Amino acid sequence: MERTFKLVFAGAAALAVVSVGTICLFLILEGAPAILRIGVVDFLAGTSWRPGEGVFGILPMLAGSGAITLGAIVLGVPIGILTAVFFAFFAPRAVARIVHPAVTLMAGIPSVVYGFFGLMTIVPLVRSLLGGRGMCVLSASILLAMMILPTVILVAEAALKAIPQTIYEGALALGATHERSVFAAVLPAARSGVLAAVILGVGRAIGETMAVIMVAGNQPLIPTSLLKGVRTLTTNVVLEMGYAADLHREALIGTALVLFLLTLLVNGSFSLLKRK
Amino acid sequence: MKRNPTYCGSRALRALVWFAAASTVAILLVMILDLTIKGLPYVKGSLFAWTYTSENVSLVPAAVNTLVMTLVALLVAVPAGVFAAVYLVEYAKRGSRCVNAVRLAAETLAGIPSIVYGLFGAIFFVRHLGCGKSLLAGSLTLAVMILPLILRTSEEALQSVPDIYREGSFGLGAGRVRTVFRIVLPAAAPGLFAGVLLGIGRIVGESAALVFTSGTVAQVVTSLLDSGRTLSVHLYAISGEGLYIGETYATSLVLLLFVIALNALAGFIQRRFVRKI
Repeated sequence: MERTFKLVFAGAAALAVVSVGTICLFLILEGAPAILRIGVVDFLAGTSWRPGEGVFGILPMLAGSGAITLGAIVLGVPIGILTAVFFAFFAPRAVARIVHPAVTLMAGIPSVVYGFFGLMTIVPLVRSLLGGRGMCVLSASILLAMMILPTVILVAEAALKAIPQTIYEGALALGATHERSVFAAVLPAARSGVLAAVILGVGRAIGETMAVIMVAGNQPLIPTSLLKGVRTLTTNVVLEMGYAADLHREALIGTALVLFLLTLLVNGSFSLLKRK
Repeated sequence: MKRNPTYCGSRALRALVWFAAASTVAILLVMILDLTIKGLPYVKGSLFAWTYTSENVSLVPAAVNTLVMTLVALLVAVPAGVFAAVYLVEYAKRGSRCVNAVRLAAETLAGIPSIVYGLFGAIFFVRHLGCGKSLLAGSLTLAVMILPLILRTSEEALQSVPDIYREGSFGLGAGRVRTVFRIVLPAAAPGLFAGVLLGIGRIVGESAALVFTSGTVAQVVTSLLDSGRTLSVHLYAISGEGLYIGETYATSLVLLLFVIALNALAGFIQRRFVRKI
């Protein structure tokens, strides 16, 4: 009895490791041969994606993912960190009790709901204010900024609250105001935790699929301006997987493999920072 | 007083912080209000018909599929996640190599984008295990996806159970297994339940992982091997068609309300039952 259950529990624990292994194995088995056949350099640095002619270069998608992630970080991170500071040091208890659950709720809203909102509200707004088709880098960045906001806020807030009270009090004792103590003493002390929040936001932005597909326009071209349509690594898979066959299908799995490695890199640096 | 050049006045900083917090709230409020105003007029009887037609754009089949998928995914992921947490907290030596490996694996799983899960599901469950595009394949994919979430929240819940409980149980002569099932798990139940609710939230909201595993058939499934769309996939599909804007708003609203209810319940349990460590 004791032994059987110990085995059952251990087996369950092993399941997580087995899952990671299986996912790696199948992505590599099905994606890597295509990348090798196309050529690693041609695949990663090729500037055109034309499945009909057998040309598979994912640089436009790498650039697309990079562009909208950068846009989301530029727009979302300042608001996110300041809101985290608000919760940690400024919010009156009554306000925090109402607003904090709202942030948790934002984290739980499905990405298709964000996507539909973006499609119906952000896209027309960008179109009427700035011209173009509205489905572009800018719209996707704004929407992603909204979506990574709760992640950045909650992680940065936890990092700020983990800083010993003495640092804040020391600054106060030296004559700094409340605001200055927070921004000049506590925030720098929490920088690795705040950076971790940003990295987690990057991870969410790179991996987001369905919301982006609805607002980004999806042209497989390297974006030359904020108002150009864009395709990301994630959306490339969804757009074409439904009908792809043979090398095309494997090239899409290859795209997912690149995406997977990218997120491993991002999450690896997150855990490194968290340990520090 | 000499001023630090990077320092531009306490009052301005305070204003900035309040402004940022107000923007965050404003974003959420605008979204909720927009969906409510444009969706509420379309929340009517025909939206809740038992079968989907292109006339009524009913969300009920998708909702039923979501329910079935949630149950199957939880049936797999909850025992696996909770038992794994039991092993990590109650059996393994803290800081041992095996604990670290499981933790690293869980962290890795938690960071994988949902579309990669979808593709993995399409390769592994749909093709290699021969499930076909089906609710079963979708559920299994989602089970792997929420496993790290269940594992982490269960671990926290188990760790918050005081050691005195375990010692008391051992002192009365109970074995490890009996202690786990009769003492530790019941004491950790609210925390476990909160984790399950988070898992439900992710399952209900997921779409990218399901398009190629469970498919987009808009009818109620008759068996687990049928293809069927969940509510989120349904929302994606009808917004892509672009013909039913009002109904799409209404469906978004229903999905949003469900998530709000789930969040409220999780928050209530957290406040009411879960001990702060």
